[in-house]
Amino acid sequence: MTARRIFVYNVWVTELSLHILDIANNSTRALAKTVTLEVTADFVRDVLTVAITDDGHGMDEELLKRLSDPFATTRTTRRVGMGIPLYRMAAENSGGSLQIESKLGKGTRVTATFKISHIDRPPLGDMAETVITMIGGAPETDFTFIYRTDAGAYEFCTKAVKDALGEDDLSDVTVLLYLKDLIDENVKNLNGGNHI
Amino acid sequence: MKSLEELQAIRERMKSQIQSREQAGGNDIRVVVGMATCGIAAGARAVLAALTEETAKSGLSNVKAGQTGCVGICAYEPIVEVFFPGKEKVTYVLMDPDKMRAVFKSHVLSGQPIQEYTYTYAIADKGEK
Repeated sequence: MTARRIFVYNVWVTELSLHILDIANNSTRALAKTVTLEVTADFVRDVLTVAITDDGHGMDEELLKRLSDPFATTRTTRRVGMGIPLYRMAAENSGGSLQIESKLGKGTRVTATFKISHIDRPPLGDMAETVITMIGGAPETDFTFIYRTDAGAYEFCTKAVKDALGEDDLSDVTVLLYLKDLIDENVKNLNGGNHI
Repeated sequence: MKSLEELQAIRERMKSQIQSREQAGGNDIRVVVGMATCGIAAGARAVLAALTEETAKSGLSNVKAGQTGCVGICAYEPIVEVFFPGKEKVTYVLMDPDKMRAVFKSHVLSGQPIQEYTYTYAIADKGEK
């Protein structure tokens, strides 16, 4: 078990935003029309909470139970699914936990918590890059990204951008790069001098 | 400060140019990066970011940068596939942002694939079939 953990950590780029990107991909593969990503850094309680909520096709209880088993996957190209197990491990290794709620036909919410000051907590990393990668990967899905710190909150919504531009597809590279800078600016403003 | 208003203005300016180019023909070059767990774990997001930047820099509207899932050869991630109109797909393996930029310049812009980065080359080198 120890050997496997060391191996996994060598492979995984230790950035929470990469886990988030991977887990959000599950939502779009579950044909979600809307995906909401909430990142809350509460320095008073020393807790970082990441919640990904979708209205995709959801999971039944049987699949939900098997989820943290790497050999539970819906994919057909190979028989292992490491996304959730790796994410759970990142949370549990940094004094947090992972919670998954799902209802067949309704959607899924994946909530991870991390102790901000824990020495093994991976940095949040580049959230702007993750959000635009989500948008580029599923242009027809509506994404909402909410970012909260003690300094305030920022909400980014692809629906507002689509309305403003009068376009349904935001996967144009110029648009994505602009949105990345826009999100990055707002996230950095809220971080102040803190490294999250 | 970035704003939606500014993005709107940029978009308006671009639209007229894009339309005139798109009428020229449907010869899209598609470049996709594998973005499943295996790809992301191996650094695919940075490869995709390099591809997005190069595509924007080129200003070419017939180059489509996109994402795909797991191709099934996870040990070779990050993987990039280049679809050139009328030609066979080229699969690049063990990519990084620098290799991505090199492939963009040589293959996408000049039509010259970089053999050393391809899957075919990687398995031949290892003596695998």
